[in-house]
Amino acid sequence: MTNNVYVINALRFLFLVLAQVLVFNKLNFMGFINPMIYILFLYWYPIKQPRGVFILISFLLGFTIDVFSDTLAFHTIACITMAYLRPAIMRFVFGVNYEFQSFKLTNTTKAQQITFLAFLIIGHHTIFFLLEIFSLDHLLLLLKKIVFTSIGSLLLCILITALFSAEKE
Amino acid sequence: MQQIINFILRNKTTLLYLFLLFVGMSLSIQSHSFHRARFFNSANWVSGSIYNTETSITEYFDLREENRKLMEENTRLRTLLFNADDEEIATQELDSFTFQIIPAKIIKNSYSLRNNYITVNKGRKDSIEQDMGVITSKGILGIVEHTSNKFAAVQSLLNTKSNINAKIKNTNNFGSLKWDTNRYDVVQLEDIPRMVPLNIGDTIVTGAMSSIFPENIPIGTIKKFDLTTSQSFYDIEVALFNDMTNLKQVYIIKNKNSAEIRSLEEKISNDQ
Repeated sequence: MTNNVYVINALRFLFLVLAQVLVFNKLNFMGFINPMIYILFLYWYPIKQPRGVFILISFLLGFTIDVFSDTLAFHTIACITMAYLRPAIMRFVFGVNYEFQSFKLTNTTKAQQITFLAFLIIGHHTIFFLLEIFSLDHLLLLLKKIVFTSIGSLLLCILITALFSAEKE
Repeated sequence: MQQIINFILRNKTTLLYLFLLFVGMSLSIQSHSFHRARFFNSANWVSGSIYNTETSITEYFDLREENRKLMEENTRLRTLLFNADDEEIATQELDSFTFQIIPAKIIKNSYSLRNNYITVNKGRKDSIEQDMGVITSKGILGIVEHTSNKFAAVQSLLNTKSNINAKIKNTNNFGSLKWDTNRYDVVQLEDIPRMVPLNIGDTIVTGAMSSIFPENIPIGTIKKFDLTTSQSFYDIEVALFNDMTNLKQVYIIKNKNSAEIRSLEEKISNDQ
């Protein structure tokens, strides 16, 4: 069973990286919207695993995406920050339930899941574009990129989670 | 001592996070200096091969369009060649010229970031080196920044680090070409003095001040111009000839004399 978790996460890692660099990095919808769907890895990653390992894997994930898209190391920094903040976000979204041993993402309501995903995406995109643009001269451009890319990422991530969610009953 | 160990154990996640953050920061700071050999870029073996495989699958979809473009360019070059005054030129050995051309194919392109890079499928094995110019049939594209054995990462015109010598066609007034990150089809030409007569629609070409590009390679046309706040120079918006979103075939320019020119330039900067 534990073996299964490793395999699933490894496959997920590969699938998300390839989908990101080969498909979603080239969308350029309306000239600049490239949804970042690899954040789903942070969303799907099992909760009861050691946090250190999680942050290390996130580092690897961000770094891989960075190497492919020549954006050293904006994705990495955004990714590890979100990995580090994930428990806090989960506590905020799911309340005390999150502390229980029996807590599962699939048992929560749709609204909670989407809120959780939205927090991850908005946080990630804010850090990413702050680093990428790295000046407040282009404040409008920065806001435009954060808002529209976040919307794009969120929509696509919801679609993908719906596509791959385990059947309930 | 015990307390220090306890502190580390208690905050190991935070410390790990801070350490990785530091690694990430130093990587991004390091990648902002141009002439530093950088190992982590999309021209490495793994990402290069993956992009290459992808291109070899998808390139069939626009073969017709690419063929048409090549035909057009060939027609133009043939016309130039047959109407050239010098009859010798068609029969000369290609090796005897100063500039050599190496064809390559784009396997990855981006234009929505602030620092955009293009990856092409030729590398050190095909004698591609840093600081070679890259052009398409329509105009210039960028400069080779990193090479691996089989691939090269090209710093696109659409990169805030890009700085290319350019001039107004048929004059000798040159300035530097930069990008303000706003639009992917417009770049900026700076440092043209105000006494130069300008018209909207004038062609901008590469200048003779660099060893990277030959002179008179087209870049774009003037879209708009204004005086800067100091009132002594123009700020010129240049609409690019190249459609940066749709590129496939490129040519890499090798200047045989570039090593010599660079060593001379180095000597000068050492003397100062």
